[in-house]
Amino acid sequence: MGYQLTKTQMDELFRELSETYDLYAPVLMKGEGCFSETDVVRYGKVTSPDEIVWDRKSDYSYKETLLPINETLFYFTEDTASVPQGPKRDRLVFLRSCDLYGVKRLDEIYLKNGFSDYYYARIRERTKFVLMGCGTPCKSGFCVSMGTNRAENYDLYIKPDGELGYADCRCGELEEYFRKAGAVEARVVPDYAEENREQVTLPKKLSNESFTREIWNEYGARCIGCGRCNFVCPTCTCFTMQDVFYRDNEKAGERRRVWASCQVDGYTDIAGGISFRKTQGERFRFKVMHKIYDYEKRFGYPMCVGCGRCDDVCPEYISYSNCINRLAKEEEE
Amino acid sequence: MGMDINTKKLKKNAFRVSKERGIGAARIRVPGGYLDAEILGMVQEISQTYGNGYVHLTTRQGFEIEGIRFEDMEAINKKLQPIIEKLEINQEEPGAGYPASGTRNISACIGNNVCPFANYNTAELAKKIEKKVFPNDLHFKIACTGCSNDCAKARMHDFGIIGMTMPQYDPSRCVSCQACIKGCRSLSVDALRMENYKIVRDTEKCIGCGVCITKCPTRALTRSKKKYYKLAIMGRTGKRNPRLGKDFLVWADEENIIKIILNTYRFVKEYISPNAPGGKEHIGYIIDRVGFEEYKKWALDGVELMPETILNDCIYWDGIHFDNQGK
Ligand code: HEM
Ligand code: SF4
Ligand code: SF4
Ligand code: SF4
Ligand code: SF4
Ligand code: SF4
Repeated sequence: MGYQLTKTQMDELFRELSETYDLYAPVLMKGEGCFSETDVVRYGKVTSPDEIVWDRKSDYSYKETLLPINETLFYFTEDTASVPQGPKRDRLVFLRSCDLYGVKRLDEIYLKNGFSDYYYARIRERTKFVLMGCGTPCKSGFCVSMGTNRAENYDLYIKPDGELGYADCRCGELEEYFRKAGAVEARVVPDYAEENREQVTLPKKLSNESFTREIWNEYGARCIGCGRCNFVCPTCTCFTMQDVFYRDNEKAGERRRVWASCQVDGYTDIAGGISFRKTQGERFRFKVMHKIYDYEKRFGYPMCVGCGRCDDVCPEYISYSNCINRLAKEEEE
Repeated sequence: MGMDINTKKLKKNAFRVSKERGIGAARIRVPGGYLDAEILGMVQEISQTYGNGYVHLTTRQGFEIEGIRFEDMEAINKKLQPIIEKLEINQEEPGAGYPASGTRNISACIGNNVCPFANYNTAELAKKIEKKVFPNDLHFKIACTGCSNDCAKARMHDFGIIGMTMPQYDPSRCVSCQACIKGCRSLSVDALRMENYKIVRDTEKCIGCGVCITKCPTRALTRSKKKYYKLAIMGRTGKRNPRLGKDFLVWADEENIIKIILNTYRFVKEYISPNAPGGKEHIGYIIDRVGFEEYKKWALDGVELMPETILNDCIYWDGIHFDNQGK
């Protein structure tokens, strides 16, 4: 059902929702950017629409609300192990269309790829998604090229508009909040991006032969292996394991899983001091091929949703979207 | 009629007596070295109208318009007025040019307007200090630099203000990539290590340069909300005993630093040598004579430091001694 709300009703709606749900949304973290007096937009808990950054894509994706950067899997002592409790409350996660397609990728990896991951599943089950519109498409995204610009499987769509607010509710459980807030019914269609500044053509003939392309060496010479492109990506799903033995008593400790990056040293290290992808060029190749080739071969659609965050964050100004276009162009020639 | 000029007055008015008789130079201070490009056009006009068409970019970030004739000083002061106003220089008498030159232009590195290493807006602080201390005939040199790289050579000043930030660490965002450790090791002082996959900062070693923060890919490391500064004091160049300034305060705040500078003006007035040539004596030499303990008493008058500020109680300067070679 669609609704129109006044500003006061919007505030009331958020207040009421916060009673039951934890609301996670893009928030401006002032002064927390890389450089002095620069900000970063990333996910935080909110209780009102004013705390949310509506007019700018978040620098870091919603991913951390479903897949914590550090997650303790269990605590252990000499002869026992215990699993920490999952989230105590249901949550609403505010995100864009491309990101909602990202959730499909996370689900594919963590729920449907052989078996369901206990830790991911228990957060995922308690999560509903609130779509944020893209009436003014972001500058770096290429959702239209990737077919991720029109996500319709949202639970709720919300759009603040000056003194008014609009919503489209597709989740029965959430309807009552609109009635409580006194919202009036209205026809509401989400703002979707119809066109992006960036357009991307996927190469169609990638194969193991593509491994030897010169292009990888070129990017390899530029990439510093910082991993930012992976950490901001809504679809990167890799983690590593850390066994921590507490310093005061090494007989107790915990096992954590922690985000990992295929660009950072150590990612392919295995017992015996072996490492598979040593050069930065090989790692960059792996990332790009994973996003637009390997994953698709297995699941039938590309992994990348075209949010453009990796382009925005790269300190070396490496544009992954440009790389893809170059690969496609090379095929033509 | 012979040329009769009060050179003392002229110098105070920010003109210079040059080696060529009857010819001087007009000096324009630009606090923080930060200016509206429009001023460049004004400088050009003065140079081409009254000077020899050449301008020296001074080491303290001003302009020195060469080849001006002393009889044009008044006309030049009129032309300087819009520059002085645009730069918001304190001035007692509009149209009369710069009111003093003893306290030198507050210079600054480019700071966080541009530089990724900088920890604050150096030009802004330079202007703020300029507002508090200028005009003054006493010979003070102050510089603001964005981080411990010290591109402004703040350590060669009476007061060198060096930007710092206190790294804030959120272990729940840390992915143990060690970019911060490598950054601190290769670009700074190697103050970080990993223990149990988390970062430990040696607070004694850390100089608050902020390199680790710029390297962190997840925002596990961020800048402190508070801005911090090092105050290095009594560095100098010169003929007798050039030396680098030493840290007086570390993890200090802006307000107290300004207080200390203002207190130092009072100290100098009290203790400056009556025989100082041109009424100018480097503060460092005064402190050498009077003793650091006495200086400290004056400098810290009314100063209440934050709990995290480190005050160095004893400072010994070294440097190169040309004044007592072989003694
Ligand atoms: C051709 C021989 C081998 C291959 C191709 C191989 C490959 C691998 C791979 C791909 C992993 C997963 C790494 C990860 O998940 O990060 C792994 C983990 C591991 N392998 Fe091997 N392995 C080989 C031989 C061995 C041998 C001989 C040992 C012991 C004597 C061994 C001990 C381990 C251990 C302990 C791990 C877990 C390490 C970790 O999770 O960090 N492997 N191996
Ligand atoms: S990529 Fe498309 S859906 Fe994603 S934020 Fe940009 S415009 Fe919106
Ligand atoms: S690869 Fe880049 S553009 Fe694609 S989903 Fe990840 S961050 Fe977004
Ligand atoms: S963000 Fe850029 S430099 Fe860093 S790993 Fe990715 S491509 Fe390389
Ligand atoms: S702020 Fe401290 S820990 Fe960080 S790089 Fe500088 S000296 Fe090292
Ligand atoms: S750079 Fe950031 S994420 Fe990497 S180890 Fe240091 S604090 Fe952790």
